[in-house]
Amino acid sequence: MNDLNDISLSEIIKLVKSKKISSVELANHFINNIKKGKKLNSFITTCFDQTIKDSKNFDKKQNFDGLLPGIPIAVKDLFCTKNIKTTAGSKILENFVPTYESTVTNNLWEEGAILLGKLNCDEFAMGSSNETSFFGNVINPLENNFVPGGSSGGSATALAASLTPATIGTDTGGSIRQPASFTGTVGLKPTYGLCSRWGIVAFASSLDQAGPMTKNVEDCALMLEAISGYDKKDSTSINRKKENYSKNLKRTIKGIKIGIPKEYRVDNMPKEIDQLWKNGIDILKKSGAKIIDISLPHTKYALPTYYIVAPAEASSNLARYDGIKYGYRSKKGNNLIEMYEHTRAEGFGDEVKRRVLIGTYVLSSGYYDAYYLKAQKVRKLIKGDFDNSFREVDAILTPSTPSSAFKIGEKANDPISMYLNDIFTVPVNLAGLPAISIPAGKDHKGHPLGLQLITKALDEQKILNIAFAMEKEIDFKQSLNRWWE
Amino acid sequence: MKDKFDYFIKTEKGKWEVIIGLEVHAQVTSKSKLFSSSSTKFGEKPNTQVSLVDSAFPGMLPVINKFCIEQAIKTGLGLNAKINLRSIFDRKNYFYADLPAGYQISQYKNPIVGEGSVTLDMPYGTKKVGIERLHLEQDAGKSIHDLSPDNTFVDLNRSGVALMEIVSKPDLRSPDEVNSYVKKLRTIMRYLGTCDGNMQEGSLRADVNVSVRKEGEKNFGTRCEIKNVNSIKFMEMAIESEAKRQVELLESGKKIVQETRLFDTKKNETRSMRSKEEAHDYRYFPDPDLLPLEIEQGYVDDLKNKLPELPDKKKERFINKFKLTPYEANVLISENNISEYFEEVIKTADIKLAKNWIIVELFAVLNDKNLDIKDSPVSSKNLANLINFISSGEISGKIAKKVFELMVQSGDEPSKIIKDKGLQQQSNPKELEKIIKNVLKKNLDEVTQYKAGKEKLYGFFVGEVMKASSGKANPKLVNDILKKELKK
Repeated sequence: MNDLNDISLSEIIKLVKSKKISSVELANHFINNIKKGKKLNSFITTCFDQTIKDSKNFDKKQNFDGLLPGIPIAVKDLFCTKNIKTTAGSKILENFVPTYESTVTNNLWEEGAILLGKLNCDEFAMGSSNETSFFGNVINPLENNFVPGGSSGGSATALAASLTPATIGTDTGGSIRQPASFTGTVGLKPTYGLCSRWGIVAFASSLDQAGPMTKNVEDCALMLEAISGYDKKDSTSINRKKENYSKNLKRTIKGIKIGIPKEYRVDNMPKEIDQLWKNGIDILKKSGAKIIDISLPHTKYALPTYYIVAPAEASSNLARYDGIKYGYRSKKGNNLIEMYEHTRAEGFGDEVKRRVLIGTYVLSSGYYDAYYLKAQKVRKLIKGDFDNSFREVDAILTPSTPSSAFKIGEKANDPISMYLNDIFTVPVNLAGLPAISIPAGKDHKGHPLGLQLITKALDEQKILNIAFAMEKEIDFKQSLNRWWE
Repeated sequence: MKDKFDYFIKTEKGKWEVIIGLEVHAQVTSKSKLFSSSSTKFGEKPNTQVSLVDSAFPGMLPVINKFCIEQAIKTGLGLNAKINLRSIFDRKNYFYADLPAGYQISQYKNPIVGEGSVTLDMPYGTKKVGIERLHLEQDAGKSIHDLSPDNTFVDLNRSGVALMEIVSKPDLRSPDEVNSYVKKLRTIMRYLGTCDGNMQEGSLRADVNVSVRKEGEKNFGTRCEIKNVNSIKFMEMAIESEAKRQVELLESGKKIVQETRLFDTKKNETRSMRSKEEAHDYRYFPDPDLLPLEIEQGYVDDLKNKLPELPDKKKERFINKFKLTPYEANVLISENNISEYFEEVIKTADIKLAKNWIIVELFAVLNDKNLDIKDSPVSSKNLANLINFISSGEISGKIAKKVFELMVQSGDEPSKIIKDKGLQQQSNPKELEKIIKNVLKKNLDEVTQYKAGKEKLYGFFVGEVMKASSGKANPKLVNDILKKELKK
């Protein structure tokens, strides 16, 4: 048998289906890895007893109909899981146990998957390094002291270190793609509305979207197929037929038109990133794609727009954490208002407070028009840029991030530099489009770098097919020495 | 009743006109809440009608209740208002213990219903009151402060219940007009079945905006808003006391401060709740969990075609077709149940008798017993039968009242009561002749006087005959026979 750490989800599924390995054996393998991987701090909650019980149950029933038969999977701790603690990386939800299951995780269990645990993330998914989590930093398995990116940092680390065979994260401004890029894994942010938001702790409702994080593109197609689908409980969910992404996956590049946006050549971009991009373009060209220079003129406004829209929505979404109904409540305070103040002062971390303050400010009367309303108008222009481009090209290729993984603490006190990390990923969320990050090379330290493919809305199959073809040509090799074990 | 408008605050220094605008909060009649499937039933145990959405658990999302949309559109049509085919739900952000999400979903800049109007019947003629808008919003929960000295309890049963906020233009000029306006709104909504208008259960509440200006002045004065007044009587009292307060301030050279006030029903005065500076900044913005609400004109037209006959139309029909006075028509259309009862009765009975019996006799009984007409002990069919007994002369009006009393007590059909109690009219000419002859025989002196020309005595004979027949004698026959006998 191949070492389970080196093979993909799809290969594991084959082993399960051919009964070469049982669900319990699989569960034990990953539980063992998780126990040995404590240094990485990628898990907030584990539920091993339940995991073993569920896999035993699976082995007894032997039902291989689902897409993920008997596969243990850990998920970002932003997805509410029934009877399993769900913290969103925050003290304010430190002991919160939902009585309900998010639609997306429920879809996983419906396909036969089994919950392995809840993965660390930035507090309320606000962060790009997983340093804002109340439960501590997550370590990038590539090298100690390096961040895995964020906010789905726990997901990226657990996946790269084979503590879970695949995982799901959420992406509001790059929270799937950036950590995927930092850990040499594949991460897809689907079209807004393709996966239900019901039961996911909200950060910025008009931007949040769940998506798969996997070791390769084939796994990504499979996971997307499992989690996507219309949900009448989410009014922003798109009502359309479910697609068979994995069945329809094929390597297609020939004749495809790929746009290269000039605005993504930002100042001070490391040469390595520029080189990575060029390599990607060359691969596409060689494979028969047509490369077209395009312009997305409003790109430079994307980050400021994002940092108005997302905090505005967050400031309102997080108002419910007030100590009244559930979650943390401060013992201090002599009246209702003081109780609120102490609860939120003690329950939220600095980054969350910063964004709640920004959001409250930009929605205040007198500032609303200048900030929030203007940001909404710019958002339309950014979307318009993409709409125009997709009349000409099938997909757009950009780097996923302007750098590789950085050191823990390096940007922690410089929010702007931290926010700049999302410069290539944020426009996609504002436009509601799908985008994937695939590992495409390494920097001089041997740290992975990702390339991003963007298409028009609901063109996930095309993204996956192009990525599938590029993946083969790039032939990225993850090299982990499992130093943490 | 005055036939000329005359509501002014009159002082030694002058005459002040009172300007009033109302924001009525009407609870939408629907089984479930605006954005969740929890029940809206009133009076249930605290926190038993609450879903995860209503209590704002993490990751919960609102889904619009289409029936509430239909109800709002119907109400808009009933107010002759413009229906906006695209409207937007916004979040109104503020912290309070009974507001679980920290925001209320409401409609701010783009309400579902735009401008419309309501026509009032005032003693001095009809008056059109402009409607500024109608929008949908969620109700909050209830904070209960008086159960414990140290704790506040929260009941979320109301949390998320659909309300329609109906905003009038500042077109009202007196407490009477406000009374009439609120009642008219209530009547229209009850006809439509969109709000039960039950003020005791809080289904209808209002914020009252009041300002004053010197008679003849064109510009509006600074207004104050009196929050959450929950009965028409209190609205009238609050307006009166607030207008007087403002006049006193202005006449003593002071200024009105724009603010929100509360009405103290015990002291009959308003007091400041918060000034404009202290006003909440609600940070309204479109709710990103909900797409803009888009409806099609065809859907609106459909609802319009299916609307029931509304009070104004019905009143017109009653006046024209049934020759009722405007007053009678108003009374009979004031509730759909009443007009239905009336129309049921007159299917078989005389209109003139029917309206009088309903307005005078039946209403007295219903008021006395505090009953809705649909629970009337006298069914429309039985009342129609009773009236027909009168019309056909089988019983007199006087006997009819006795029968009616027994109908109220027993709920029985009039025919049964008349038969059981032997109340049918004496219409046998031979029997009557006997009675009349007897009466004349007993009163020979009077007969002589009558024949000598004292014709006034005729009534005396009729009375005696009635007495002798215990009121059952058919008056027409009595008349005929008595005249004949007196000529002999």
